[in-house]
Amino acid sequence: MQHPSSSILHSQLSIKKVLLLGSGALKIGEAGEFDYSGSQALKALKEEGITTVLINPNIATVQTSEGVADKIYFLPVTPFFVEKVIEKERPDGILLSFGGQTALNCGVDLYRSGVFEKYDVKVLGTPVQSIIDTEDRELFVRKLDEIDVKTIKSIAVESIEAAHCAAGSLGFPVIVRAAYALGGLGSGFCNNSDELQALAEKAFNYSNQLLIEKSLKGWKEIEYEVVRDQYDNCITVCNMENFDPLGIHTGESIVVAPSQTLTNQEYHKLRELAIRIIRHIGIVGECNVQYAFDTVSEDYRVIEVNARLSRSSALASKATGYPLAFVAAKLGLGYGLNELKNSVTKSTTAFFEPALDYIVCKIPRWDLGKFHGVSHEIGSSMKSVGEVMAIGRSFEEVIQKGLRMISQGMHGFVANKELDVDDIDRALSEPTDKRIFIISQALANGYTIERIHELTKIDLWFLQKLQNIYLCAGEIEKYQSIESLPENLLREAKQKGFSDYQIAKLLFGDTDKASDEKLNLRKRRKSLNILPVVKQIDTLAAEYPAQTNYLYLTYNGTANDVHYLGDKRSIIVLGSGAYRIGSSVEFDWCSVNALNTIRERGWRGVMINYNPETVSTDYDMCDRLYFDELTHERVMDIVELENPHGLILSTGGQIPNNLALSLDKAGVPILGTTAASIDNAEDRHKFSSMLDRLRIDQPRWKELSSLEDIDLFVEEVGFPVLVRPSYVLSGAAMNVCSNAAELEQFLKLATNVSQKHPVVVSEFIENAKEIEIDAVANKGDIVTYAISEHIEFAGVHSGDATIQFPPQKLYVETVRRIKRITRAIAESLQITGPFNIQFLAKDNDIKVIECNLRASRSFPFVSKVLKFNFIEIATRVMLGEEVEKPSKSEFDLDYVGIKASQFSFSRLQKADPVLGVDMASTGEVGCIGDDYYEAVLKSMLSVGMRIPKKNILISSGTVHSKLDLLDASRLLHEKGYTIYATSGSHKFLSENNIPSILAYQPSEDLKPNALELIRDKQVDLVVNIPKNLTPGELTNGYRIRRAAIDFNVPLFTNSRLASAFIHAFCIMDLKNVPIKSWDEYK
Amino acid sequence: MDKKVALVLENGVVFEGFSFGYEAPVAGEIVFNTAMVGYPESLTDPSYAGQILTVTYPLVGNYGVPDDKIVNGLSEFYESEKIQVAGLIISEYSCQYSHWNAAKSLGDWLKEHKVPGIYGIDTRELTKLIREKGSLKGKIVFNSPDEIDFFDPSKENLVEKVSCKEILRYGNGSKTVVLVDCGVKHNIIRCLLQYDVEIIRVPWDYDFNTLEYDGLFISNGPGDPEHCVATVRNIQKAMETGKPICGICMGNQLLAKAGGASTYKLKYGHRSHNQPVKVKQTAGLFENDGSKEAHGRGEQCFITSQNHGYAVDVKTLGEEWDELFVNMNDGTNEGICHKTKPFFSAQFHPEAASGPTDTKFLFDKFIKLI
Repeated sequence: MQHPSSSILHSQLSIKKVLLLGSGALKIGEAGEFDYSGSQALKALKEEGITTVLINPNIATVQTSEGVADKIYFLPVTPFFVEKVIEKERPDGILLSFGGQTALNCGVDLYRSGVFEKYDVKVLGTPVQSIIDTEDRELFVRKLDEIDVKTIKSIAVESIEAAHCAAGSLGFPVIVRAAYALGGLGSGFCNNSDELQALAEKAFNYSNQLLIEKSLKGWKEIEYEVVRDQYDNCITVCNMENFDPLGIHTGESIVVAPSQTLTNQEYHKLRELAIRIIRHIGIVGECNVQYAFDTVSEDYRVIEVNARLSRSSALASKATGYPLAFVAAKLGLGYGLNELKNSVTKSTTAFFEPALDYIVCKIPRWDLGKFHGVSHEIGSSMKSVGEVMAIGRSFEEVIQKGLRMISQGMHGFVANKELDVDDIDRALSEPTDKRIFIISQALANGYTIERIHELTKIDLWFLQKLQNIYLCAGEIEKYQSIESLPENLLREAKQKGFSDYQIAKLLFGDTDKASDEKLNLRKRRKSLNILPVVKQIDTLAAEYPAQTNYLYLTYNGTANDVHYLGDKRSIIVLGSGAYRIGSSVEFDWCSVNALNTIRERGWRGVMINYNPETVSTDYDMCDRLYFDELTHERVMDIVELENPHGLILSTGGQIPNNLALSLDKAGVPILGTTAASIDNAEDRHKFSSMLDRLRIDQPRWKELSSLEDIDLFVEEVGFPVLVRPSYVLSGAAMNVCSNAAELEQFLKLATNVSQKHPVVVSEFIENAKEIEIDAVANKGDIVTYAISEHIEFAGVHSGDATIQFPPQKLYVETVRRIKRITRAIAESLQITGPFNIQFLAKDNDIKVIECNLRASRSFPFVSKVLKFNFIEIATRVMLGEEVEKPSKSEFDLDYVGIKASQFSFSRLQKADPVLGVDMASTGEVGCIGDDYYEAVLKSMLSVGMRIPKKNILISSGTVHSKLDLLDASRLLHEKGYTIYATSGSHKFLSENNIPSILAYQPSEDLKPNALELIRDKQVDLVVNIPKNLTPGELTNGYRIRRAAIDFNVPLFTNSRLASAFIHAFCIMDLKNVPIKSWDEYK
Repeated sequence: MDKKVALVLENGVVFEGFSFGYEAPVAGEIVFNTAMVGYPESLTDPSYAGQILTVTYPLVGNYGVPDDKIVNGLSEFYESEKIQVAGLIISEYSCQYSHWNAAKSLGDWLKEHKVPGIYGIDTRELTKLIREKGSLKGKIVFNSPDEIDFFDPSKENLVEKVSCKEILRYGNGSKTVVLVDCGVKHNIIRCLLQYDVEIIRVPWDYDFNTLEYDGLFISNGPGDPEHCVATVRNIQKAMETGKPICGICMGNQLLAKAGGASTYKLKYGHRSHNQPVKVKQTAGLFENDGSKEAHGRGEQCFITSQNHGYAVDVKTLGEEWDELFVNMNDGTNEGICHKTKPFFSAQFHPEAASGPTDTKFLFDKFIKLI
């Protein structure tokens, strides 16, 4: 980046220290994209020699890594803590627009309360008033009226009555939006006044202002990413078009960039409006303008303006190669766009608009199957947990690539497992997360694209392209062997994005045969020279030469852009793929750290990943970035081009790990633990017999294929049991059954037990501690390790559990045994690289539950708390270096780290917010404290819990959990809180001389009723411990839990965690919580 | 399956694709444009006369083409009365299209105007080739490479070919603007007609000094400006009157020539919607004009639409002239203005169509001068 000439005075040169607010834990609507934006902004500041301070409790992010910011605070991004940090650090400036809605809202609060003024902190970039102008709908509409820009006619209301009134004047259907809410929280469509009543009640819990708007369902949805500098120079970096028409949140839509169905006139009309808007609002930096665009005229409405970096801007950065966050940060410092360089070409100016010579397609990833009771319909509020971006040179190519990237068992648009759809018409007009596959099914059922268009309102252009794929599949199906498939058709299929497997499936009609034959197809393809080519993303469509390392593969081309040296100096790292429940930013941190180490040690770091929300897909992070699929086929394409020294698949989570066997078989040099060992750990039978051989205990389990066998086994181990079906009909994959009735119901409803689809039944040990070890070994010898302990007892998925590190309450003997077992396993599997083992401990009785020969979710957490980078050492080991064992041990630490989970139940209507054996959290935080309770308090506040001010509602579940909560309840009483308790808990508390008020169950028509207490905000903390391990939908417990979520009252469903939190806030005064940066914990 | 067709370049490189337009061989200069929208506008832009256009954006034809209607001597949606390019080269063709305003497919339209089109070409590779070797002569052939000879359009006076043959008049406003048609895009006329003017559109070599007028406008046009000796002479004569003059694209080059400067051929030209230009001269024309907020530092920058293969050599610009705009990527000239007289011109296209509309205010400036 070129600096301005010295004669030009830097208007904000006085800025020496800048505070940046992060976005906290990943949640639905606010995910990894803000790690990317924040990291870029910090890089931009650092380059200027500015001292940077970051507040972000999300310990798994790249931005909270050593060296990215000068000072890092793992603290909640709330006005209270941010003010404390400002008071301590006294920054000159603050950046609010890089941490999503969380940072923006916090900034607006601090601005309003005069904190910035008090401490003389300058808000860099877009002024806060401009932010307020875009966030408050009424101000926003007024503002755009001033420049004759049309907005959606909407009425701001502050009461339910007014909402009805507004809907009456607009006419149904209407859309309800909550002001100041992220990702459309509390928003939705209402077709009548009953629906409006229900939605408005809920939405008022997130915001005191609602917007009632006339629905423009069916219009196109178009977005522009606009940049402006303080000298009023403006550019639009990218425009995007939603495949799904208006009515579906852009975060839930398939999106393409650039727009595909707009004419020049339309494109530039909206572009000109976007620039007019950004100038009038006075953005300095970046913003996103969303339009509704008519399908039969050039009429438009502005839907909203996001005066900050957003998910769309992260996508636009990846789609174009234009580093929006980086540039926005520089503009915030006072630079003009013309003073910055295009960071891809490094010779041309940053004041330009990228020209794409490819198309990108973003597809959301949902994990709705993980939740009980949640609706699969998609609409105006966001439910997806991640996204993928596919790059290619035809729509057919990118959509098929993208559908594979989603990695939910689909092979593209066609040749998938058939869906069970009763009513295709309905499934088309009421879209769900399966919409695109319903279209495929509709085509197979003879629907015309015109009919599909009528039902879905998806532009015909997209449907024409989907039909092309469908027709091509039909052509392939006419042949029954690889040899008979004509060369032209094979080439066409590859250009339309078909995978080898997909083609084999169409040829043979059988999944097993397709798996066997796909490699033969590959051979034939290569013999016919039907190969993908590598193309660069260079921002200028080849107009200027660029040394860009940002690459993708396509069959729509004849020449490679990259010249390969064949020097065997490349090391390929496989990334994490789409964020999903169970795999998110932590694996990005691992991938980035693996790349850093590879490059530091003198190798060429090559990344393959397709997740636009990540830092690992920032082309600055590696020597070559292939933004492409993580399938065997594509990885092999790249391996054959790169001819690498080796490939690392143990830092990206389960997706790359799953490729181990097939890549090994193809002769790819996998670095670290061998594929055979990985298989020995992954294969339940092999792993189990190894443990038996090593005399290591494990919960008893059996793979069973008949109900009788299951009964016999359960008789032996006793209830409860954990049941894992291999084939799931509906609902979550795993379940704990406490009695015969539950077991029977689960097996009948949720799964199909047969010889072909056996279930795994395991003994479920109650009230056992769960312990994890994260470690790195070299040729079977442990190099370093970290033992951590769950606060919750076993039964809560390790991804949802609250983890303390170092462990606080383990027997020395337990630790000793764990180390011994770990050593034995590492030795036996000859582990080289990262791995993680999970244990159950009851007294000193240790059982192994699981072993993963890859980095685990907790690697960044333990690395950062211990201040010892496990991935760095693991990577060095995998590179074949001999490393010294570190002298540092977790048992020397004078502080405690707590990793807590973030849930997004408020987004998932009707889902039972209860924790179980299947993971439900969408993100996590990690906080450090001088003692256990301080760390608990900080971490709980970081995941959105609030310290109650007055009343608490307790339903304490089983006897065991009642006991867990007894001390906590007494403390609450002593601190002057009023406890409301449902009948059993009330009785139990009375027996223990703790006063409480009886709260009636929702099913009882008596007052005070638990539901009313929540609805009327008479309680500000709900502790509701399910009695039963099986989630039920209509129980009293469910209704209380759901009400707490819907009315935004903090909820605990685990007694041990609730107790820890209650102790923490009763023992500690928030005012006295020390404000210490990461480096102050020594 | 569409008919196979080959693109043969003068350096011997051959690309193979499929035909989706008219099936007759054609030869010309191969140029590329990096715009992502606007193929109907580009194809009808007279500045492309003699050229075979490569579109770098791979998906083309998506929204079809609108109906070709001429109202009061102006095409409603196009930039001239016909397709001007000699041929079209793309990667991926949408034979089906979707748009409310579309009347036919791009392929049908090409056939109607007897212009060949190829799809299935690695347009990025072709573009890189042009970028590295400079503009290339090429031909589209259907059966054998000898069907047609290579042809260098810059040797011809293309302006003469595309210019109107007689005087045309538009509008009935109070001021009169003479528009010298070197191959004018209709949107220049549409933009001017938004003001209170009458336009007299004259052929490129017409001596407009015989006419009564308030301002002179010199249009864009194809090819080498060297061919427009007559126009330059007429402009020189007009400059003596001191009446306002404005030029676009070829107009910029001709105004510069009239002022004594020379022009040269760029390696591969500027053809795109994303060319950044900045205002070089701030004392005269752009002082406190209100078109952008005044500010002390940062320069005024605009994203512009461009289509030219020749440029003004600023070193040869006379002392009475200033460079008005400069290209931020390669430093080439993007406009000039006279130090004392109301003459100015832009190398880019303020009328857009296709492309960004950021610099439309230049028409305001011209009108204010007259």
